[in-house]
Amino acid sequence: MDIDLDPIEQFDAPIYHRYHATSSRAITPFLHAMKRGELLGHLSTATGKVLFPPLGACPESGQATQIPVILSDSGTVIGFTTVHLPIPGSKLVPPFTVANILLDGADQACSHLISECGINAVAIGMRVAAVWRSAEVWNNSLENIEYFKPTGEPLVDIDILQQQCLAKAEQRKEPVKGGQNA
Amino acid sequence: MREVAIVAYAQSPQVRQEKVLNEVEMLMPVIETALTEAAMTMEDIDFVCSGSCDYIAGGAFSFVGAVDALGATPSKMESHVEMDAAWALYESWLKIQAGEISSALIYGFGKSSVGDLPDVMSQQCDPYYLAPLWPDSISMAGLQASALLATGRYTERDFAEVVVDSRRKAKANPAAQLSGDVEVDALLTAPYIASPLRRHDCCPITDGVSVLIITDKSALPKAKMKPVYIRGIDHRMEAHQLGIRTLSESSSSTQALAQAKQQAGIEQFDIAELYAPFSPQTLILKDALGLDNQVAINPSGGPLAGHIMMSAGLDRFGMSFKTLQHGEAKTALAHATSGPCLQHNMIAILEAG
Repeated sequence: MDIDLDPIEQFDAPIYHRYHATSSRAITPFLHAMKRGELLGHLSTATGKVLFPPLGACPESGQATQIPVILSDSGTVIGFTTVHLPIPGSKLVPPFTVANILLDGADQACSHLISECGINAVAIGMRVAAVWRSAEVWNNSLENIEYFKPTGEPLVDIDILQQQCLAKAEQRKEPVKGGQNA
Repeated sequence: MREVAIVAYAQSPQVRQEKVLNEVEMLMPVIETALTEAAMTMEDIDFVCSGSCDYIAGGAFSFVGAVDALGATPSKMESHVEMDAAWALYESWLKIQAGEISSALIYGFGKSSVGDLPDVMSQQCDPYYLAPLWPDSISMAGLQASALLATGRYTERDFAEVVVDSRRKAKANPAAQLSGDVEVDALLTAPYIASPLRRHDCCPITDGVSVLIITDKSALPKAKMKPVYIRGIDHRMEAHQLGIRTLSESSSSTQALAQAKQQAGIEQFDIAELYAPFSPQTLILKDALGLDNQVAINPSGGPLAGHIMMSAGLDRFGMSFKTLQHGEAKTALAHATSGPCLQHNMIAILEAG
């Protein structure tokens, strides 16, 4: 081998594949609901928990979930991060705050943007409500919600909130018929 | 060696296109069927292992999403292979041999209809020499088929006869996608798609999932069922570059069989389920494995009747299990392959318990 050759550090090898995917049994009704301006979750009868956004499977029980539950568009911040680096391909201008938001009535947090307050004002337990885009541009997308903004309500203790959610889920749970998958 | 038994197997229908359900939604009922068959629950399963490839349906980390179908709380010991799920079975078998677990649920899934499978398969090639040429899986199989014809051992008529046999046997397999009575002469009038291969020589694009459960003999489920033991299992790999290999032969299959036979102490099989996604490969494997006419090949119809990419190898174990469980045979050879043109081959010898 000629050790004097320059190493080749880069060459182009573009890969393109076309896929014709369809949304699944669980996601299709969710996307239709988004277009109507409704937030559709699923009740898992095995655990009594309301899952949002719904994936069609209850990750705790492995059972299919199909019972729709329309959720409120307000909730509680249970975690957040402020992004200071630009994300390639993203329309978002840093700094911006992404939060895990537990919608009222849900047992699983969803991620969305927080705005209309300084990045230092965001706090765990903060009450927020959705700011929707104008109804004319609604599509089959969570982007119909532009961001969530603080409601000004007092901070919520999320440990207490978790206990309340678990207690409610317990009431909604169907009696166990057998094993997890039986 | 620990005695490892297959105790349950379930498969979704092998359809040309599943328009609604995603992989998780396809998996959930099949996992439930397999568990019910063994009268087990997820609590009885020590380990889960899957085989899939995100390129197939174009969804990043789809194998992670699939874990939702398991009911993964409390957390399970879990693993995944970016290979056919037969290799997930091998990993599970090893874990039982190592004494780490005594039961495993293995699953494979593929929704090939979403993308262009032959092109997607070109991405398994090395990035410098082969992948930039986009060699699709059918063209590579065409090279192999042509090499086989050049040896004079077989003709295109022999390829067609493999297809006729597959479709006829598949009539008894309700999950098959292609079955029925077809004539060799009629098949030979079809145009080539990558000579000497015609459309019918190629496995059909298939959407589906399959699930198989194995346990150590000491942990057999209490259900009244007939286990099938894995008496021997081995896999061997050949060079990746097609030009280095003798494509008309399958030396790795021969080697894997010798090792599996030695483990099993079994020399003869009643049936053989071969993962040959292209008809000439059935003939190459028959020769490499020394299968004579006493051995019934692919009683299920084999991959030419339905081919769940990433699970078709596991299905050879599952189909053998079903045949042995029904008492139609006592011993079986299950074969799985991975990589282009039978690069990597696994052989297992199964025996009804």
